[in-house]
Amino acid sequence: MAQRMESEPDSESEALPERRETLWLLALSPMLWMLYFLVSYATAAIWCAKVVGRDGSLEGARIAIGVYTVLTLVGIGIVTWRGFRKHSFGTATVPHDFDTPADRHRFLGFATVLLGGLSVVATLYVALAIVFIGSCT
Amino acid sequence: MDATKCPPGMRVLVSLTALSSLSGCSGPQSALQPAGVDAEQIGQLFWWMCAVAVLIWLLVIGFAVYATHINPETHDSRAARWLIIGGGAIAPPVVLGALLVFGLPLLPSLSAPAEDGLQVTVSGERWWWRVQYPTPSGGTVELANEVRLPVGERVGFSLTSPDVIHSFWIPSLGGKVDMIPGRTTRLTLEPTDVGVYRGACAEYCGTAHALMNFQVVVMEPEAFTVWLEQQAAPAQTPQSSLARRGQEAFLANGCSACHTIRGTPADGVLGPDLTHVGSRLSLGAGILPNDAEAFARWIRHTDQIKPGVNMPAFAMLPEGQLTALAAYLSGLK
Ligand code: HEC
Ligand SMILES: [Cu+2]
Repeated sequence: MAQRMESEPDSESEALPERRETLWLLALSPMLWMLYFLVSYATAAIWCAKVVGRDGSLEGARIAIGVYTVLTLVGIGIVTWRGFRKHSFGTATVPHDFDTPADRHRFLGFATVLLGGLSVVATLYVALAIVFIGSCT
Repeated sequence: MDATKCPPGMRVLVSLTALSSLSGCSGPQSALQPAGVDAEQIGQLFWWMCAVAVLIWLLVIGFAVYATHINPETHDSRAARWLIIGGGAIAPPVVLGALLVFGLPLLPSLSAPAEDGLQVTVSGERWWWRVQYPTPSGGTVELANEVRLPVGERVGFSLTSPDVIHSFWIPSLGGKVDMIPGRTTRLTLEPTDVGVYRGACAEYCGTAHALMNFQVVVMEPEAFTVWLEQQAAPAQTPQSSLARRGQEAFLANGCSACHTIRGTPADGVLGPDLTHVGSRLSLGAGILPNDAEAFARWIRHTDQIKPGVNMPAFAMLPEGQLTALAAYLSGLK
């Protein structure tokens, strides 16, 4: 990692791509994980209660949850990539703590990347359950 | 602490505390002294977690000592940063992931239904256990407050409750599973050592929750078969005249409204089956010894022995009837 830049970058020279910052991108990865968790849980519950019965095999639900997993990881990947682009804006380095619009922009991008990493781990942990548990019992 | 400087009372207290915490590690109700296949697996998981936790603790404390005492100069910020990212952000998910990979595969095996093995139904009821075994003739026989298992056989349990949530736990043999009203939950156990263990209700269920236990006897398969046959048979007819008066008192005082003694007119179903109550290792769901004296105490002071109990105390019974009842019931082997 590069050395921290000690001087405040010339804010005039940095023209931001968007005029207003939003927090949506930041919250998107955890939200994707949350949605994934909810839908996987519901799928397995309905599968066991309505489709195969309480001693049935989870096979079909497993495939569905496998597909959700891939979709969620791709979604989180895209969000994280966009966060990384925000973080890489201009030439400044972390921790992006100057009181300028550009540093705020980078800071939000960096936090998005970190939350994306956390969401990937959370998603994989959920998916692990379905790897090891194969029946409704 | 410097032992020579601490007051004698304190020393006794400290050693007592240390002793009592150690005594919790063994005995008939310890998950750390497994006597079953499943308890063994759970125990292993526990020791792995302990070992890794100690290792991580040593590492963290080691680094802290290193950074503050051994090498207190300014550290290279580059190396420190990688240490923080590696040890703080990457290592925890990896360690927790490994724990999941290790622990998750245990789950299905702990509740896997035993194919054509022995299947026992246990219902947790405030504050005792209704136990049903299949008989060789294809029926079921109802027992209570004691579970006996053949050693080396995988036994399935169907667990239910008619009132509130209880939890069925025999720490020496395996994990615990909730008993939920309106549902049947499952557990499978495979005892590996002959012996007497203790089970308990592991989910707070009201006033007498702590007095809701049971004995677990793991037996040689032949002995188990003999036991089950004997339990499935109707009650012995009372031999002595005292016991005969006890049987009359049992029927005359309304005990039969709640209790069944197979082979007699008593056929109540609210309370535990008493057909072979004298053959159990304990009384009142694992809280009293099983002898005539304890029977008399139980019948006369039921609500003092077990506050909240759903059996009225028969304190008004004359001494003679009480002795007779106690003789009769303790003789129901
Ligand atoms: C209103 C119903 C009711 C009546 C009447 C009743 N009991 Fe009970 N009895 C119970 C219940 C419920 C329990 C379980 C109590 C517990 O452990 O929480 C019990 C437990 C017992 C036990 C202990 C059983 C065991 O497995 O350890 C004995 C012995 C007993 N009753 C004897 C009697 C006798 C003798 C009478 C008559 C004098 C009597 N009961 C009348 C409901 C009743
Ligand atoms: Cu209970």
